[in-house]
Amino acid sequence: MSLTVKLEIYEGPLDLLLHLIKKNEVDIYDIPITLITDQYLEYLQLMEAMNIEVAGEFLLMAATLTQIKSRMLLPLSGEEEAAEEEEDPRMAIVRPLLEHMKLRDAAEALERRDLLNRDVFSRTVSLPDLGLEPEDEDLIEANLFDLIDAFRRLVNRFEPRAGLEIVVETKTIQERITEIVRLLKAERQVSFERVCAGDRSRAELVLSFLAVLELARVGVLRLFQHLVTRAVTVFYVEKGHFFEEHQSGGEEAADEEPQP
Amino acid sequence: MSLSLKTIIEGLLFVAEEPLTVDRIQTVTDGASAERIQKVLDELEVEYEEMDRAFALKHVAGGYQFRTRPELSSYLLQLKKKSPTRLSRATLETLAVIAYRQPILRAEIEKIRGVDVGGILKTLLEKGLIRGTGRKDLPGRPIIYGTTRKFLETFDLPSLDALPSLEEIESLGPDEEGRLF
Repeated sequence: MSLTVKLEIYEGPLDLLLHLIKKNEVDIYDIPITLITDQYLEYLQLMEAMNIEVAGEFLLMAATLTQIKSRMLLPLSGEEEAAEEEEDPRMAIVRPLLEHMKLRDAAEALERRDLLNRDVFSRTVSLPDLGLEPEDEDLIEANLFDLIDAFRRLVNRFEPRAGLEIVVETKTIQERITEIVRLLKAERQVSFERVCAGDRSRAELVLSFLAVLELARVGVLRLFQHLVTRAVTVFYVEKGHFFEEHQSGGEEAADEEPQP
Repeated sequence: MSLSLKTIIEGLLFVAEEPLTVDRIQTVTDGASAERIQKVLDELEVEYEEMDRAFALKHVAGGYQFRTRPELSSYLLQLKKKSPTRLSRATLETLAVIAYRQPILRAEIEKIRGVDVGGILKTLLEKGLIRGTGRKDLPGRPIIYGTTRKFLETFDLPSLDALPSLEEIESLGPDEEGRLF
């Protein structure tokens, strides 16, 4: 597949690390570095296998993690006194993680304030809308890794994992995008599982996954996840012009070159 | 009936479409001192709060403005037939970085967030929540970002000093929230 999804990835390596720390329910001050490093690299491989352009920052973090891992494996050298003084190599990632979490808390604190035109109103001419979101309070915007998790759950339905062998498919991503758009137009919102319900192979599933990512990137749909069930739901965003372009099959409709 | 300064200021606040500053009030209440105006504003603030009405006088973005009580939001949103102010998590987090670390360069924001923030900066600029405040004397003369008055208005803040310090912010933590993000 000569297709690369150029994602606007809003989640960075720190988000992925936090995702894994949370998922494994481990202490941020005592990160099991081997476990987390292995899982981190697995996610990167998965992203690469799906042709998601992995930003340089992810690779830099991978190198840092690997370095910490090897330092942790080294026997303590020199006098014990000096060794004890030495800082835990994991601090190199714990510090930025804490800073990141602190600012994330700050963002949440901002969100909890009495927002103008959400919680409180003035006699002011209304500020422009800042966008529509679903009403279900338990839904939060899903990030890339949530979607990868959903993908992983689905992919296990098929043959035992032996790496992601991607068979050349007859269907193009454009065709898949058109199908998904048609589904969304009819249903407004569907579960991610439902979008992939018709997929009969890993390759088809990857195609659906990439189509959903592409549609999310151009803003045709938004992805939300249920806080408790973690189910990912796809919401349709009204964007007339995009569909017209797409349905008339114009070549300029998508950035990616169609497959031969 | 002679008009009291308080009545005049109350009237000004009633029709104002943006938070009124003491300075602005001074330009239309000839001769009143800033101290007197401030005293009247403080009195009005307390009086409206005590009256327990649908709206109260709030100190936001360096000025004063009547604002409805948060409990009314669901009714008012229906009346306005509008979707409420919402910002995505990534946008909010970037905004928080700027609010707490300003003046700040794009490269510095990206160092903290660990990702490219070009698209988000554009969104925040379009919404008027941040602005370029200058250019740093570095190669390429990068833009320095800071928050705007509209940021204070939107987030119900009298001033930037009113932002709770990072140490004060109570973390919801991964456990109570059920997840980290």
